[in-house]
Amino acid sequence: MTTKASGPGPAGGGGDDNGAYLRIEQSVEFQRLRAAFRRFVFPMTVAFLVWYLLYVVLSAYARGFMGTKVVGEINVALVFGLLQFVSTFAIAVLYERYARRKLEPLAASVDTSGVAASADRAAVENGPETTPENGPEDQAPRKDER
Amino acid sequence: MIRQTLAAPVLAAAENEHRTFSLVLFALFVAVTLYITVWASRQTRTAADYYAGGRSFSAMQNGLAIGGDYMSAASFLGIAGMFALSGYDGFLYSIGFLVAWLVALLLIAELLRNSGRFTMADVLAFRMRQRPVRAAAGISTIVVSIFYLLAQMVGAGSLVTLLLGSQSEATKIWTIVIVGALMIFYVTVGGMKGTTWVQIVKAVLLMTGAFIMTVWVLSKYGFNLSSLLGDAAAKSGKGDAFLQPGLRYGATDMWSKLDLLSLGLALVLGTAGLPHILIRFYTVPNSRAARTSVNWAIGIIGAFYLMTLVIGFGAAALVGGKAIAAQDKGGNTAAPQLAETLGGGAGSTGGAVFLAIIAAVAFATILAVVAGLTLASSSSFSHDIFANVLRRGNATERDEVKMAKIAALVIGAVAIVLSIFARGMNVAFLVALAFAIAASANLPTLLFSLFWKRFNTVGAVAGIYGGLISALGVVLLSPICWGGKSSTLPAGNPTALFSDTVVAMIPLQNPGLISIPVGFLCAYLGTVLSKERTDDKFAELEVRALTGTGAH
Repeated sequence: MTTKASGPGPAGGGGDDNGAYLRIEQSVEFQRLRAAFRRFVFPMTVAFLVWYLLYVVLSAYARGFMGTKVVGEINVALVFGLLQFVSTFAIAVLYERYARRKLEPLAASVDTSGVAASADRAAVENGPETTPENGPEDQAPRKDER
Repeated sequence: MIRQTLAAPVLAAAENEHRTFSLVLFALFVAVTLYITVWASRQTRTAADYYAGGRSFSAMQNGLAIGGDYMSAASFLGIAGMFALSGYDGFLYSIGFLVAWLVALLLIAELLRNSGRFTMADVLAFRMRQRPVRAAAGISTIVVSIFYLLAQMVGAGSLVTLLLGSQSEATKIWTIVIVGALMIFYVTVGGMKGTTWVQIVKAVLLMTGAFIMTVWVLSKYGFNLSSLLGDAAAKSGKGDAFLQPGLRYGATDMWSKLDLLSLGLALVLGTAGLPHILIRFYTVPNSRAARTSVNWAIGIIGAFYLMTLVIGFGAAALVGGKAIAAQDKGGNTAAPQLAETLGGGAGSTGGAVFLAIIAAVAFATILAVVAGLTLASSSSFSHDIFANVLRRGNATERDEVKMAKIAALVIGAVAIVLSIFARGMNVAFLVALAFAIAASANLPTLLFSLFWKRFNTVGAVAGIYGGLISALGVVLLSPICWGGKSSTLPAGNPTALFSDTVVAMIPLQNPGLISIPVGFLCAYLGTVLSKERTDDKFAELEVRALTGTGAH
């Protein structure tokens, strides 16, 4: 009946599970998943931040360059700004593809049976009140069909 | 001549017409959202229903709701106005607001969805001692949300007086009270489900309205962006400078250029630390849906900001900066005035109707955003501070939800009273401040929690308070509070909070450039100067965050 599981933190996880989590963390499959995740996410974050900051810095310090006209009234500043939109959309699409092709299969390959009970355990700890919580979640696909 | 003599009475009649029509449309929106809220309340039984909408929204629905939560009146009216009056510089804002979503997409959304439950603090406190971290995260959530909320509500007050043409203080106060009462109703009765649907409806209305205006403006220029820009630049009287960065930001010396960098940093790093945005990731069934919903949001928000570019320059070209500044110095009425011009100009029925539609969309925009903010702050108060700090994790779900509703009522009432007092002040800086605090206090702790094994309780607490206090501190020493004239601020700041003669010690308008590094540094130092290690819990967090095992 209590919300102990609310902190999925110490209150929620029993200390005895941590050995199991450590074992999963050290498994080859998980290491592969983490490496694949970081290999994409970290360089991409650096890339788009540098690209964005370059745009801001040029806007502040290279006004002459930014004001150069490209076609008609369209200048470098506008093209640069629009390219920020393009790069943002492109990274979003690339990441979605990468996640579906690479990360999701890798995540599925990690054997979490040692701790798979944890979600259920949370439900048990929460008592009967949590049972309906799972109700709408199960109905989620139905909503999509509509 | 005949036209002119006729114009006055016709204008008055048309003004009345648009006001009545505006109010009817607005009442319609309120009626629909109230119905949805009551419907949602019948579907809300558990804490997960109340806090997270039963985690049953689809990725597309949540993407729309994120858009509805994020595209505030400041985005719609403010950025369009900035384009109309200051030209290109509006783009600096909208690009920062958009690129920021990549931080949320790549580093936060899925991991947060998998490892947390209801609030931002669920993730921050995952590996740490619960009480100090939840108290700190709860405080920063409430501070960020209330600042943001105040800016929106005060903005609503002035917006309504502008759009309805009534200058009376009573109108402003009543608007604030009505907006506040509605948001309290949405949140306490409808919970996350009701709030989400309000945001979805609003997002659809806003996108539709913006789309119609964009196509209409472009059609006047034969869908040639270049000739629209040329016309806008010519009408502005500023020529090519109107199409280049620098009219508004970073125009003069070193400090003002640093200020531009500061703003850029706060915008791009702030979004992923805004609590009302973060809790939206809990409303979907799993991390894949969280990721896809961010991608929907990026598409929707990106399209929206591209449209504000056309709307803003369209207003500059078709309405003219002078006419806009005459209505509102800040340019907030640029979009509604453009609507009137497109519809046939002042005095025409078409103009009145289209103005009324856009005005009603703007009201809807404000309502959806304030509801999201109230929900985020009251959830954090109840789930983090009440249940985990005060009751030490021994509160029933029912108590928690009850407390969340009480908190929404109290926070809403406080926001109403503060907004009424602040109604005459220039509070636009509060939005930028909220972003700066989110980037300085919340983002460092979030990132270190998720990615740095050594991170611990002292580091988390130091990071949150360090970022929060340094952001507030810099603002207290900035031209926002001290508006004296200086070489950086030749015109001074007549709306400064404390004094308009004393020169600010720190000439930055946005604290991000100082407070974001301070936040990261405090989190780092707090960690390495204390002994606690949380390696075991980090293993659990990593496994859960990346695989989704044990996710709620």
